[in-house]
Amino acid sequence: MDQLLPQLVNGLVLGLLLFLIAAGFSLIFGLMDVINLAHGSFLLFGGYVGLSVIRATGNFWLAAAVVPLVTGAVGLLIEVTVLRRTYTRGHLIQVLLTLGLALIAADLMRWNWGAYVESVDAPAALAGLVDFGGVFQVPLYRLAIIGFGLVMAGALWVVLERTRLGAVVRAGVLDREMVAALGIDIDKVVAGVFALGTALAGLSGLLAAPVTSLYPGLDFDFLILALVVVVVGGMGSLKGAFWGALLVGMADVLGKAYFPEFSLFAIFLIMAIVLLVRPQGLFGTREAT
Amino acid sequence: MTTNVARTARRNRWAIPGLVLALVAVPFLLGTFEVSLATTALIFAVFAMSLDLLVGYTGLVSLGHAAFFGFGGYVAAYTAIHLTGNLVVVLPVVAGATAVLAVVLGFLALRTSGIYFLMLTLAFGQMLFGLAVKWTPVTGGSDGLAGVPAPFVGIGPLSYVFAGRVRFYYLVVVAVLALGWFLVRVVRSPFGHALVGIKDNEERLASLGYDTWRYKMAAYVIAGVVAGLVGALFVFFNRHAAPENLFWVVSGEVLLMVIIGGAGTMYGPALGAVGVRLFESYVSSYTDRWQTLLGLLFVAFVLFAPGGIVGVVRRWRNRGRAPG
Repeated sequence: MDQLLPQLVNGLVLGLLLFLIAAGFSLIFGLMDVINLAHGSFLLFGGYVGLSVIRATGNFWLAAAVVPLVTGAVGLLIEVTVLRRTYTRGHLIQVLLTLGLALIAADLMRWNWGAYVESVDAPAALAGLVDFGGVFQVPLYRLAIIGFGLVMAGALWVVLERTRLGAVVRAGVLDREMVAALGIDIDKVVAGVFALGTALAGLSGLLAAPVTSLYPGLDFDFLILALVVVVVGGMGSLKGAFWGALLVGMADVLGKAYFPEFSLFAIFLIMAIVLLVRPQGLFGTREAT
Repeated sequence: MTTNVARTARRNRWAIPGLVLALVAVPFLLGTFEVSLATTALIFAVFAMSLDLLVGYTGLVSLGHAAFFGFGGYVAAYTAIHLTGNLVVVLPVVAGATAVLAVVLGFLALRTSGIYFLMLTLAFGQMLFGLAVKWTPVTGGSDGLAGVPAPFVGIGPLSYVFAGRVRFYYLVVVAVLALGWFLVRVVRSPFGHALVGIKDNEERLASLGYDTWRYKMAAYVIAGVVAGLVGALFVFFNRHAAPENLFWVVSGEVLLMVIIGGAGTMYGPALGAVGVRLFESYVSSYTDRWQTLLGLLFVAFVLFAPGGIVGVVRRWRNRGRAPG
């Protein structure tokens, strides 16, 4: 049992990291009907950019400020130059386009940052362990991720549910043409959400780096988890992304701890059950078609 | 669409004998390197055709087709190493195992359609990849299963071993022609027409009394089994089952072959596969950035020629004619 509590904390850590990734992914889907298969690539790119900044300056906090700006800017650039041209041409074309981008990104990142596992140190201020009454210890950095994830979840909720901008985004998820007909420049909103989603993905790549390290393949490891989160939680729903992420994070960590060879089976099982019982996801409203 | 194929087939009555003759002639005219290249190109041609049954005919865009290709390869390697390399045993085992896998995955994935189907197949494929990397006692972990013996047929002194590049090439030619013929028969059958009907308008077909779910499941299983069989051939060719064969990049590559060639034509994806393999082999001698080129090809075709090569040719041939 002394192993269980730290694993639960680790599950929470992974769950909140997954929330940061899946929230952007899910919102982009809800608003733009785009499955961004390059979402994991933005995450890994963010991690690598952070690694380079830390190597050059030794400052984790500077990296945390630079990374979302860089990945968000790249995301905006891609939305404006390529992705926007495909909105009228159906889902499949968009998905294949992002698949092509993911292939290119994976190859170029391997070229630039190498094929080895690169570890990133947690910032000095968050180094060390927190002792829970002598029962178990948790790295302070992981607790900080939990705190940051919860703050971001709250902030996203407030923006989406309590502001005018959030109302526009939520309305756009439901009916984009209607929002445009009301005189709102929906193209700008879409571009903004895409940039925000990719910025969040990049930042979570940097935040994940001290826990998971960076390596080629991390992009799709996280993309698959994000896919499962939105399948379980329901597409386009912030609430679904939150609870789905916690569930999948827990399942992944506990699965890895107790059945290391079949760790993915725990996630597969959750996804299978949700698909059989509630194909639209726990908090989804749309049919999965 | 299908009448088009039939018309083309009548017009090109020498196409099939010509193709067979050309395939038989390859080892006489070209060196071992080209024979090996032709072997993998043919394997991927049928792999792409099997995916076309889903993408082009049934309207199910799978981004996890490498799951069956790689899984079939692992089953073949495991059987050959631990039991026998006799193809009379190995191939039915592979077919049976991939059919079971396809039924299980299809049961879940076919509850959805469109991009959800694409997402699920991608997720399933990566999960199998993760299993292959981690389940070391059975799969050999990230090293895969090496030391796969050469396949053979027959018993004892009467057995024929497919050792050497040329013998194996002819084995692949026979298998590829048989499987390719089978797939073409499938799409031209009433069953195949029903699949196209599902792709065009599933609700209409359902209202006509078709149990569309069963049709989609059957297509998914057929496509999976064929991919598993050519995956087994690929592993026998390499004498090695590698987890990379299950990786999403392979699923993406074979989907690109289908798109480049032109989905829904069968021969288009086969040509696309041969083209991509030849291009890859040519480019790889100049640069390590093959995957970047593959991605750029993807973006270019998706943006400028979503109908693929066949679509471009058709549009060019139909220029000046009234649409429809």
